[in-house]
Formats: sequence, structure tokens, C-alpha cells
Amino acid sequence: MANPQLNDKGELNHLLTLEGLPGEVIGRILDTAVPFVSIAERDVKKVPLLRGKTVFNLFFENSTRTRTTFEIAAKRLSADVINLNIGVSSTSKGETLLDTIDNLVAMNADMFVVRHGESGAPHLIARHLSTSGRPGIHVINAGDGRHQHPTQGLLDLFTIRHYKQDFHRLTVAIVGDLLHSRVARSLIHGLTTLGTPEVRAIGPQTLLPAAVESLGVHVFHDMAKGLSGADVIVMLRLQSERMKGALLPSPGEFFKHYGLTVDKLALAKPDAIVMHPGPMNRGVEIDSAVADGKHSVILPQVTFGIAVRMAVMSMLGAS
Amino acid sequence: MKVEIRNARVIDPRHGVDRKASLFIADGRIVAIGDAPDGWRPKRVLEAAGLIACPGLIDVSARLREPGFEYKATLESEMLAAVAGGVTSLACPPDTDPPLDEPGLVEMLKHRARSLDRAHVYPIGALTVGLKGGTITEMGELSEAGCIAFSHADSPLEDTQILLRAMQYAATFGYPVWLRPQDAHLARGGVAHDGEVATRLGLAAVPPFAETIALDTIFALARATGSRVHLARLSTHEGVARVRDAKRSGLAVTCDVAANHVHLCDTDIGWFDANCHLVPPLRSVRDRDALRTGLADGTIDLICSDHTPVDDDAKQLPFAESEAGATGLELLLPLTLKWARETKLPLATALSRITADPARVLAIDAGHLGVGAPADVCIFDPEAWWTVERASLKSQGKNTPFLGIELAGKVRYTLVGGQVVYEA
Amino acid sequence: MRGAVAINAALVGIYSGGAWLAERLAQMLPGEHPVGYIDVSFYRDDYSTKGLRANVATTTLPFEVGGSRIVLVDDVLYTGRSVRAAINELFDYGRPDSIELAVLVDRGGRELPIEPTYVGARVSVARNLSIVLQRDLDGRLELTVEPSGVQGG
Repeated sequence: MANPQLNDKGELNHLLTLEGLPGEVIGRILDTAVPFVSIAERDVKKVPLLRGKTVFNLFFENSTRTRTTFEIAAKRLSADVINLNIGVSSTSKGETLLDTIDNLVAMNADMFVVRHGESGAPHLIARHLSTSGRPGIHVINAGDGRHQHPTQGLLDLFTIRHYKQDFHRLTVAIVGDLLHSRVARSLIHGLTTLGTPEVRAIGPQTLLPAAVESLGVHVFHDMAKGLSGADVIVMLRLQSERMKGALLPSPGEFFKHYGLTVDKLALAKPDAIVMHPGPMNRGVEIDSAVADGKHSVILPQVTFGIAVRMAVMSMLGAS
Repeated sequence: MKVEIRNARVIDPRHGVDRKASLFIADGRIVAIGDAPDGWRPKRVLEAAGLIACPGLIDVSARLREPGFEYKATLESEMLAAVAGGVTSLACPPDTDPPLDEPGLVEMLKHRARSLDRAHVYPIGALTVGLKGGTITEMGELSEAGCIAFSHADSPLEDTQILLRAMQYAATFGYPVWLRPQDAHLARGGVAHDGEVATRLGLAAVPPFAETIALDTIFALARATGSRVHLARLSTHEGVARVRDAKRSGLAVTCDVAANHVHLCDTDIGWFDANCHLVPPLRSVRDRDALRTGLADGTIDLICSDHTPVDDDAKQLPFAESEAGATGLELLLPLTLKWARETKLPLATALSRITADPARVLAIDAGHLGVGAPADVCIFDPEAWWTVERASLKSQGKNTPFLGIELAGKVRYTLVGGQVVYEA
Repeated sequence: MRGAVAINAALVGIYSGGAWLAERLAQMLPGEHPVGYIDVSFYRDDYSTKGLRANVATTTLPFEVGGSRIVLVDDVLYTGRSVRAAINELFDYGRPDSIELAVLVDRGGRELPIEPTYVGARVSVARNLSIVLQRDLDGRLELTVEPSGVQGG
């Protein structure tokens, strides 16, 4: 099945996954985001690129953070934004996912930003839109199950590029719950596509997916070894709400082996940067001293996130 | 009625027949092969030059969706699909609604099927009441009503002590027990094979040892009870190896594989194609190749369709939320032929896996064309290519991974008891 | 322009030719003139057909736009659309007291009611040709005529 997110001209028609997205397309998105960063510093933080367009934030999974950043990004592009919190399951409302989409299309939606608890939901929507003859409507995946969170992956890449410039000489360590993490999957694909030579996955066996090396990472169960010489450390959120069936004894135990403390950080390169997709669990994944310390770029990630999302939306809006 | 099937290539795997001949049918049975009986005057002649005549196919797992799931499919549509696919006998699993745990339900199903005058239906009864894994069913009554075996369909039977008792009870009376080798706990929540594809797509996974651990348990209990066990739907290469060893050690066990698993693997899920959401899941290429080898050398006794019609609404959902299963009665023949062609297997061996071998496992007098046998015949054109499309499928279920694919093997006539019940 | 431009007027060049000219003018005119640069990509009216250009530069306006006197500087004035976009963008930063327009070349062909305050030369060129300002490594500016790729402003 062809990758539905590129149209036949190779332009981005949807953003569903970083998997299979060519390096040039990723590069173009990051380049487009650069001027959007400075817009946040102006008094009038708007540009008219999406004026008259309607963006629907379709969140089947609660997330005030992500929804808010997408809302800010769309509004800064002068789009009209409607937020829909559908709750845990579309079927609990009686209306199927695709029926909901059809109704919103009838209300002249131009763009859907979709977060869903099941992997593949945005792909299903994109396929439905093209088979039912609505090619001009764009879908952005804001996180589907444990599959992908492509805008998060892009903003992480943007952050790394901002501080480290060249991916070709970097060692990037991703720590924590990779099994349930769509953020990790997106980031790993982006890093390998852009030529990062050493991507490390650090975590206990219970939190690493099967065949994870096939994604192009080196696995470490010993955090000290895994952090040695790292240029970038990405701490993943411990997804307690996703955990079923005894994957970990306790957050305290996790912090002991896999939490990022000042001592462990000292094993990385002296100019290493520390990232986290948020929200942080202080004292579980990361020590406050590190989160608030000089290596942390966690707050700039948020700013870059708005710019990257503006870049994605404006590129989609033009195709 | 006297029917003649003229100049077909007759393939009867049970009797080792593969030659050009005519078949002569009278009073619902085969009366001669090759030369016409004296004074032969047929009521109907089916010209079969260039076609293959083989025993009517026997599909050991086809969900007819009645009672209870009539919005997905009905006996009318699915029995038509069966004979359109050349299937003249089929066994249906007990996971209807309500499950087949009462003689009345079984009788009603058989009666309904008989009145449609198409394929023979052999219901498989529930092993426990309601398929809940608690009390065992009244197997004697159910057997009298027409159940040819007892199974737990896809429902978990976690309590090994109850499984032991059920197998002991069944063994006492000689009833076959059909079991899915899948450990309920290890498979819980999983929708795809635990490998690269599930990791990339972020799908909850079923590890291969969910099958092997269950196989080890079932073998141990089978040895202890002497129960006649049939393993429904193998999927792993380790599983095939285990069955091979068990058979070699003398254990009287049989097993099957679903037609889709003979061809597809987890990469066919692509970008979340819910038509590839199957139970057991599609596994790796290595597993698929082991299933093929096992089929060829007889470790795996037969191929079934595992026909499961699913309504569109239940498939047009995110992968993990979609209902598992594929429609398959009309694809059993072409997919078997495709396997034979791709692995250069003799046609008779391949056809045996959907005729003589399932008849042996079901212990019914069918699946062969000996003189005196019931005239259940499938006449098909092995060189006719057709595209699998919604419009070309008679089943109400249009959910197959092969939609849009061209397959070879089109049924021209199906006869049940000497009657032409389908012609194209 | 000497003598006509207000003492502290800001010179805002439209990327990229206008930017070079604004710098040059700041050196040549008497008085202190802050220099700013404006990229109009986000305000163009052809976004829905042409999409976003690659390499969008950052608009830099190192002075208080509200209450200022601005001279917008561009190399070639053609349809007037770039200037319209620049004016819209400037107003998103604040309300200037006045805006004047200085262009090196006016090639006519206006599609909007926009007129320059200061003009270097008036030139007529066929529709399929572009006038392009280029800057060499030594900083020398040169005007050339070439076949059209991108629509001018």
C-alpha cells in the first residue's frame, strides 16, 4: 500500500508518520519552521497564511498540552480553530470514527488534527478522505496509540539541529518507556533518516519493544553505559496510564535505575543537551536539578513546537 | 437423476486418480468412472473438457453467522458462497450467539441448512457452557443432535484443570476435541505478531510462545487422557516443529492452517489494513514458509478457510479496534491452487488438503470419488483468472486481504448428492 | 532623496534586493537612519497557488514601528503586490506615522494603486522578462534583465 501522506508530486498532503518521509521533506519542514520562531516575539503574533481555513482539533484522547499548542499554532496562522474532545472511545458515543469525520467535512473542515488512542486511526481517516473523494482536506497525526507523534518528532529534531547543527556526528540516547512511546518511534525514524550514526535505546527489558534493534538503535539496559559520551539525552515520560500488567514494580524503582540525575548526566558529553517531551514526572524520570539545570532545553522545545506545527500546517495548507 | 460429467481431468487424491475420464452419477452417487454403464442415458451432461473434476471441497471452519449474527451474514448468503467456492461439506465453529451448547440450537441449525439444499453442514459443539470455560456441555446430547466434535472456538480456556476434565470426558466417549493453541494470558490484548512490524506500527503483540506454550500443555493433556485432539489454526514455525515431533512420537493429533496464513505475513498489514487483522495473527515470512513446508509434508493435515464474514462497519475502524477475521469460502480453492503453483507441488497433494484429508479428520464418508461415494463434486477451471472484488463475492462478508487481487481457479459446477447446486 | 527624506526615517528594505539598497542608502543619506529588513513571504497573496517559498528570511525591524516614519525600499516596482504585502506586515508590528516608497526601477504594469515616492529610473520591459538586482562578492550592485522565473513585485 502506497504511503498516503505524499501526493503524486511528492508534496506533503498529510502528516501521519515520520516513517518513510524522505530526508529532504523533513529538512524542508525544519527550514520552514525557522522564521516562525521569531513571530512569537512580535506584538502581533499572527500571519495571514491560513486565513479563512477551518482547523478541527479532534482529540479522542485527552491532552490539554498538545491540543493547546496546535490551537496556538493554527491561530497564529489566522485559521479558525474548533476543538472537539470526543472522549475515550468514539464507539462509546454510538457514532463511528468515520461518521464523525464525514459530519465535520460537511461543516467545511480544511484540516484535521487528530489524536487517538489506537495506532492507525489517522491513516484510516486519510484513506477514507481520499476514497470518498475529498483530496483537499489534510490530516495531521497528533499522536496515535503507540505508533507515531510526528510533530513531536519534528520539534525534537528541530531542537537538536538548533543546538547541535550536524546530525552526522551525534550520539543520541533515548531513555525510558519506549514500548508505549509514539514519541520515541517518531524520533528514531527521524534521526535515522537524517543520518544520525548512533541512536541508543535505554530501558529495562519490559519497556523495550520486540525487535527494537530493527528500528536502527543500540539497546542498553545499563543507563551509565548508555549515557557515556552522549550528545543528546531524551527522557521519555513513564506512561503510567498505558501500563497494564506488571511492567514495573514502582516509579521509585524506575528512578533508581533509569532516572536522570546530575551524576548520571555527568557521564554524557560536557555540552550535552537534555530533552523531554513533557509533561515531566519530576523524581521519576528526571531530577529537578537536571530539569531546571543548564543542560535542559525542555522549555525551548515548547517554543519550537509551536513554530514546527505552524510550519507543518502552512505547508499542508498550500498543497 | 442421471448426470454425466464428460471428459474432465478427474483428480481423486484418496484413490490416487489423476486422469482424463468421464464421471457417471445416478441416485446421488457415483456409479462409474471412465466407461459408461450399460444403457446409460443421462438426464444432464456437463461438458468438462479442459476442466478439473475433484471431490467437493471440505472446509472444516466456516462461520455461517447464524444464530445471532444475522446482520453480518445469513445461512442463505453463506451457503451460496460455499457452493460457489466448490465447498460441499463444511464444519462450523460453535461461537454463534448463543453458542452451540444446546441440542435444540444444533438441531435448528442443521434443519435450516438442510432445507436450503446446498452443502452439508457439520456443527462443532461448544466444549463448555456458553464457551465460558466453566461447566462442560452435555456432549452426549449434542453429539446425538449432530455435533461431530467439540471446541472452544477462539474463547480462552484458561483453567487447565477444566480443560483436563473436558478432554477426559470427551475421550471417554471418543468425541474429538478441537483446540486453538493460544495461551490466553500471553495473547491478551495482542492484535499482531510480536516482531518488527508490530513494533514499527505500535500494535500490541502476540508472541510466538503464546502458541508453543499452549501446544505443550495440550500435548501433555492429550497424552494423559488419550483424547483425540485437533489443533485449530497453527501459525508459528516453532509450532509446526512441535507438531512434527509429537506426531513422530506417536501422538494421535491432527492440525490445520487457515488459507490466508499459507500466503500472507505481517508485512501485508501495510498501513494498517484491517482486512489483515486475523486470529491467529499473520506472522513472519519464516513462519509462513514453515507452514507451507508442514502442509506439503503432511505435518499439517489440511487447509481451511476460517471463513468469518465481518460487516464493513466493524472493519472500518483503527486496526486494533476492528473485528478480526476474513471471508474465505470462495477463496479456499484458488488460494490452495496458488500455493501448489508457487511451491511446485503436485496438484493432487494440494487438493488432498481440502478434500480427502479434511474428510479423514472429520471422519465422514466424503472427499473422494470412489464408485459408490456420494456424488459431491467440484468442477473448476484451473486456468480461469478472476479478480476478487466486492461484486464477485457471494458472501455477505467482503473482508478479505485479497481484495483487488487476481487469482486463478474458478468453479464452474458444484454438485451435492448428484444435484447441480451451483453453476457459473 | 537627499533633503526630502525625514531626518530619522527608518529605511526598511524588502528582501533581498531592497535590503541591499536600504543598507546602501543608509550610508549615502545624511543623518542617522535605522535599517530594517522585511520578508513578505507570509503576506503574499499567491500563497494558495504557489505555496511557501523555501528559505524564508527573518523580518528584522530594530526600531519602534509605532509612531515611526518609514521609507520602504525595493529594487523593482512592478505589479505593486510585494509592496502591499510589506505594508500589511509593517502594520502588524505597529502603526507608523507615515510610509514612503523608494524604488530603484519602476517598470510599470501596476495591478494595485501603488506609486513610488522616490524613483531611480523608469524602464519598460516585456512581460516575459524580469529585472534582477544582483550583488557580487565585493558588494557591488548590478541590474540585469533575464527571462522570468518568479513573478516580480
